[in-house]
Amino acid sequence: MTAVLDVRDLDTSFVSPSGTIAALQGVSLTVNTGEILGLVGESGSGKSLTGFSINRLISPPGKVVGGQVLLHGQDVLTLGEEDMRQLRGRRIAMIFQDPMMTLNPVLRIETQMYDALSAHESITKTKARSRAIAALDEVGIPAPEDRLRSYPHQLSGGMRQRVAIAIALLHRPDLIIADEPTTALDVTIQGQILALVQRLCRDRGTALIWITHDLAVVAGIADRLAVMYAGRIVEIGGVDDVLDNPAHPYTRGLIDSVPARGTRGKRLNQIPGRMPALTDLPKGCAYAPRCPRATAACEAMPAIEPISDTRAVRCFHPLTGEAS
Amino acid sequence: MAEFIIKRVLQALLVLLVMTVLVFFGVNVIGNPVYIFASSECDQACLTKIIADLGLDRPVWEQYLVFLGNLLQGDLGNSFTHGIPALSLIFERLPATLELAFAALVLALVIGLPLGMRAGLKPEAFSSRCIMAFSMIGFSLPVFWIGLIMILVFSVQLGWMPSIGRGDTVEVFGTEFSFLTLNGLHHLAMPAFTLSLIMMAMVIRLTRAGMREVLFADYIKFARANGIRERRILSAHVMKNILIPIVTVLGMEFGGVIAFAVVVESIFSWPGVGKMLIDAIGVLDRPLIVAYLIFVVFMFVILNLLVDILYSILDPRVRLGDSPT
Ligand SMILES: Nc1ncnc2c1ncn2[C@@H]1O[C@H](COP(=O)(O)OP(=O)(O)OP(=O)(O)O)[C@@H](O)[C@H]1O
Ligand code: SF4
Ligand SMILES: [Mg+2]
Repeated sequence: MTAVLDVRDLDTSFVSPSGTIAALQGVSLTVNTGEILGLVGESGSGKSLTGFSINRLISPPGKVVGGQVLLHGQDVLTLGEEDMRQLRGRRIAMIFQDPMMTLNPVLRIETQMYDALSAHESITKTKARSRAIAALDEVGIPAPEDRLRSYPHQLSGGMRQRVAIAIALLHRPDLIIADEPTTALDVTIQGQILALVQRLCRDRGTALIWITHDLAVVAGIADRLAVMYAGRIVEIGGVDDVLDNPAHPYTRGLIDSVPARGTRGKRLNQIPGRMPALTDLPKGCAYAPRCPRATAACEAMPAIEPISDTRAVRCFHPLTGEAS
Repeated sequence: MAEFIIKRVLQALLVLLVMTVLVFFGVNVIGNPVYIFASSECDQACLTKIIADLGLDRPVWEQYLVFLGNLLQGDLGNSFTHGIPALSLIFERLPATLELAFAALVLALVIGLPLGMRAGLKPEAFSSRCIMAFSMIGFSLPVFWIGLIMILVFSVQLGWMPSIGRGDTVEVFGTEFSFLTLNGLHHLAMPAFTLSLIMMAMVIRLTRAGMREVLFADYIKFARANGIRERRILSAHVMKNILIPIVTVLGMEFGGVIAFAVVVESIFSWPGVGKMLIDAIGVLDRPLIVAYLIFVVFMFVILNLLVDILYSILDPRVRLGDSPT
């Protein structure tokens, strides 16, 4: 398998007169053709920022300050603005969390799809129309010809997300970054959208990064899993492997804090405390203040090290599959 | 849509009725027009006759009903001083005022929108700060003062601009327009600019505020993530969202601009309805004053109605009668 996306040592900071806040540090990950990478972590850990760093859409004062983002071997961070624009939507597409907010409320679906098409190819309105209809049909929207004339508010949340997915797929991108695309939907719709995206990506060999903080979703859809904490990836590996045998204490904590069937009545093991603010990270391992395994060694920053062919973890004292 | 319009029209009629009451009784309180007609040697009998002629001997409510009846037939009475129907006087003067007001509106948009967009795109830049300072000035300096200063500087000191009148006009469809001749445009420039300042300041602020809000919306991020060109994003995806509040406010403000034209027309001797009103107040020409006020109220109501309808066209979400499917 070849890597569609290879992110190496990505650093992203917020630069202001009062100082620089390092929001992402040394983020490295790869996604292969047709593969789905789940990206999890609690709120503020830098998941969205990773997505926006990859297609270079961080709003100022945010800025990618180091590393490489290789798309089929080419570093997109070195591209000029116009080359980058041509990449967006054509080779890297994005889907966002809130389907109420991702479509422009005052433009017809038709206009929004036409704009997305004509951004990358010169195309007649008639041709664009049939392309749009086909795309809407593909994501399971009934009577697509009629929907073209609709405004977003005339569609339900699930339908809107389907439209957004149709737009993201218009140019058959190599990579889709989906930032919590099902979080705002109710459970049945969530399942449908999940299955839809999974099927479309598998069929076309599209690589997918699925950002979420719902481990159950990730277990169902992803091939591999990356866990983020305070702007760093702390563990990465095959999804079943990581969920069954977490090596990083934080991953363990995340898994234990999810209510599971058959554990009703038992106390959930919540991770104590909260993620530190980026402005006052501890000197060494950012998880140390909450970590049950922390020792004096953890006052230094652990590097992310491979623990097998397919897994890597950022911890001095990784769990090694002993009973929990 | 039809239901929406009918509802608005009924509301508009109600507002009009209430306003006729206010205007009629309001004007009745000021001054006594009888003395305009009475010569110095007019005795009591003569006065009584004038009062009866004007219908002022009847109870006020009866006068009001007569007034309302005439109004319904489009008759707002004859001007005391000109002796011709007040309405035809107004319509004679109206084109000049409308021309001035439209020129001001166009100036406000043509100058205000780009400035506001610039200030919204780069709020920290020096040029953006200057733009915002300019809009502050537009808001806070009194219109008559700006008008006078402009005359002092550009007409008196530099002698570049004419200070009074409409200049050469061209007749189109039986109406005189200044903006079709170079000389007319020259005359139009200063009064139109003076009148546009408040609107322009408003357009700048609304555009900037709209930009700050819309630029960070998820749908703009989504548009960018789809590779849509920045020019297209600004001119369609951002613009259409920003225009909604601007159209609303300007539409409602436009009536105010015509009313405000009173000041500007007086300063620049622009022969519109505003100047006519000032003259009418000077001689207590009651029918003309009433006619003007009713006319302005009518215009406000119609404008609001149009804004509502236009707004519903611009913003698909307010259109009544279509719900999610
Ligand atoms: N303008 C800014 N200045 C400083 N820090 C910022 C700024 N914008 C975002 N951040 C920080 O960047 C970090 C990463 O945010 P990000 O949106 O990537 O989190 P996330 O993992 O996607 O969280 P969520 O699950 O809530 O979406 C957060 O800690 C946030 O506080
Ligand atoms: S490095 Fe130390 S503190 Fe950090 S997660 Fe591992 S054991 Fe815990
Ligand atoms: Mg996020």
